[in-house]
Amino acid sequence: MKMTPILRRARAGLLAGVAATALVVSGSVAMAETIRWARVTDALTMDPHSQNEGPTHTLNHHIYETLVGRDDDGTLTPRLATQWGISEEDETVWVFTIRDGVKFHDGSDMTVEDVVFSLDRARTPPSGMAALHAAVEEVTAVDESTVHVRMAGPAPLYVQNLTNTFIMSKAWAEANGVEAAPNFAAGEEAYSVRNTNGTGPYRLVERDPEVRTVLQVFEDHWDDAPAVTEIIYTPISEAATRVAALLSGEVDIVQDVPVQDIARLEQTDGIRVVRGPENRNIFFSYDMSSETLASSDAATNPFAEPLVREAMALALDRNAIRQVVMRGESQPSAAPLPPFVNGWTEEMDAFGDPDLARARELMEEAGFADGFSVRLDCPNDRYLNDESICQALVGMMAQIGIRVDLNAQTRSLHFPLIENWETDFYLLGWGVPTFDSQYVFDFLVHTREGSYGSFNGSRYSNPELDAKIEALATMTDLEERDALIAEIWAEVMDERIFLNVHNQVLAYAMRDSISLDVHPENQPRMTTVSFD
Amino acid sequence: MIAFILRRLLQSVMVMLTVALVAFALFRFVGDPVASMVGQETTLAERAEIREALGLNDPFPVQFVKFIARAVQGDFGISYRLQQPVMELILSRLPATLELALVSGVLAFAFGVGFGVYTALRRGNWLSGTIMTVSLIGVSLPTFLIGVLLIWVFAVELQWLPSFGRGEVVQVGNWWRTGLLTESGRASLILPAITLGLYQMTLIMRLVRAEMLEVLRTDYIKFARARGLSNRAVHFGHALKNTLVPVITITGLQMGSIIAFSIITETVFQWPGVGALFINSVRFVDVPVMAAYLMLIALVFVVINLIVDLLYYAVDPRLRVDRANARS
Repeated sequence: MKMTPILRRARAGLLAGVAATALVVSGSVAMAETIRWARVTDALTMDPHSQNEGPTHTLNHHIYETLVGRDDDGTLTPRLATQWGISEEDETVWVFTIRDGVKFHDGSDMTVEDVVFSLDRARTPPSGMAALHAAVEEVTAVDESTVHVRMAGPAPLYVQNLTNTFIMSKAWAEANGVEAAPNFAAGEEAYSVRNTNGTGPYRLVERDPEVRTVLQVFEDHWDDAPAVTEIIYTPISEAATRVAALLSGEVDIVQDVPVQDIARLEQTDGIRVVRGPENRNIFFSYDMSSETLASSDAATNPFAEPLVREAMALALDRNAIRQVVMRGESQPSAAPLPPFVNGWTEEMDAFGDPDLARARELMEEAGFADGFSVRLDCPNDRYLNDESICQALVGMMAQIGIRVDLNAQTRSLHFPLIENWETDFYLLGWGVPTFDSQYVFDFLVHTREGSYGSFNGSRYSNPELDAKIEALATMTDLEERDALIAEIWAEVMDERIFLNVHNQVLAYAMRDSISLDVHPENQPRMTTVSFD
Repeated sequence: MIAFILRRLLQSVMVMLTVALVAFALFRFVGDPVASMVGQETTLAERAEIREALGLNDPFPVQFVKFIARAVQGDFGISYRLQQPVMELILSRLPATLELALVSGVLAFAFGVGFGVYTALRRGNWLSGTIMTVSLIGVSLPTFLIGVLLIWVFAVELQWLPSFGRGEVVQVGNWWRTGLLTESGRASLILPAITLGLYQMTLIMRLVRAEMLEVLRTDYIKFARARGLSNRAVHFGHALKNTLVPVITITGLQMGSIIAFSIITETVFQWPGVGALFINSVRFVDVPVMAAYLMLIALVFVVINLIVDLLYYAVDPRLRVDRANARS
């Protein structure tokens, strides 16, 4: 069998070492470099607005571009917009200056009309991105390089919602009948599911869903040419096979490295593993509002009792979960948000050693000296080692008399339990794509009504806090706003709405001649790859 | 004859309908497809709307009748996950599964018969013992483990064969993409074919061995030997020929199982066939694909059984006589 060379390098000539390194870093050396990239799942669709889903966005970011980008450290960077800000005359209007000289893959120029069209397409159902643009009233092109987005009210953080909203060609969409995002219920395949026309650094050359996707560098891209000129993307769902493919030299980068293989891969010659915090926290939460619990033998709802919640926090040994369940690959924390999200403080993240004696005292004080039984609902295929984390908790809770009956099942059965309030005690993971605490409050803390609180499985309802959360959305004075965020967090942490376990850590494994940093949203860009 | 065929056809339709019904009843327990279709920002009201639009709120009999009505026209809807027509998706994946099933079936038959004859003739020698022992290990280890072991040895350690995928494929006609015509395609086929065929090979080997031992004790073999025929003529011309009838029947019937049970092998080797498609669909609760796949597998079994029945009818006159008697 003919093995393709790992990296086909065609160095034009001999360059002095220093100069070569400098040029590689700036990414402007003309070399043919192929990267074979494997991860667990494929993108669901190539349509830029149909699905708000991680792997889909990750692949599409290579073909399409957004107005603003997200750097490895979480900050916003200019992409198709060179400047953005809130209008000085009207605080409900966002002003975007659109980059000049951008071409689509079909050769046409990108204009402000395309931007207006794309934002309108993204905010109209059945687009999967609509919820992120719910506050938009109107998008207009003011002149040849300026787009105004008028919001229902002041929206100081709207730009944070744009990091996954791609710009597509209006003419191309109209020519191919994909003016709107594909509709699941329509019963036919849209042209945009397997065909693309973006402005991104790579063109789609071959697309065989769940088998192989090939991208080639787009010569007319506005930015510096990337070091990688061809990307071969293959989903490999089986963990052992994925790792084997890297070890046998059939792929160059494996994005989803199984936790149990990280240590072994690090010791393997020729393989490099990079790690970084993921934008995802793993925590337990419980029904703290109902009178009684459906799955418990207790006469009243024990989770409604603050002392019980405190006792549970004292019985949870986060470091043990890190050592035993996660093999050291997690960041234990008390607050349910990653460190790079606005509103996070070291203070709220800190936790003490477990104190079982004190926890048992608190249980007794709360009137549950004999403990109680409860069912814990847990997904078994959604987060890293999710079921094992739940199993560890069962043992820890038994120490203070809480008899936990573990119900671990697939994600499609688990999440409806939270949605329908059919669980008393559950595990949930939450990422914060806007990098701001408001996102956590909106979905997890606010009373469930309208677009608020859809993942608030604790049934927690505090009108005063709700009012504060709603106020956050329209506050333009950022200092004042941060103070309010701190105030809300103080209350949330004090009420112990969440029993947070840890922040997930991402690991990418690659051939050691390649450098790629971990992206906090788990959306690595092959444009950032460099070769040693 | 026509009445018999009609009766069998009618029975086949009933089997298909039953499979559809059972499958549909099971789908109610696999979870909510909408949860995996939308982002976490989607409001509960919007989720409810999608559920309504997809007809997931309809009563069970309504959903079932709608499904059957569309299925008989060959319309299985659109995949929730990949947003492509289900029929097109399955047809594009089917060649991979059929090629894998065919090659592993042929391998299983060839090696099964070969090893079976050898172990029957050379009972007690060390090689026979080894073959029997290894085949026992092969049949008792789960497919998943065999696949991973083969990958480890031949892809990672020796680097002789690819660990995943189907290699380069060539388009033949409109619907068929074959990996058999390229070098990398053939190399990719070896490990999955061995993994998938190992169990069938063992089965055939043991069957051939037992039949051979049985036949070798019969009188006509003794007569053949008495006539002074060479060992080769006795073993292959007389003994083996007479053992093959049940072996061919079993092999034919096993083809259906190979197709149906390729799911695990396809998952381990990231083989882009219908089995892997089904597993990914189960994870995502992609009901249209799951339904179509189960119907397809049912169809494969029904067709094979129908052909076998019809062959028996053609071959065995007693069936015809019985039926004629029953009618009078």
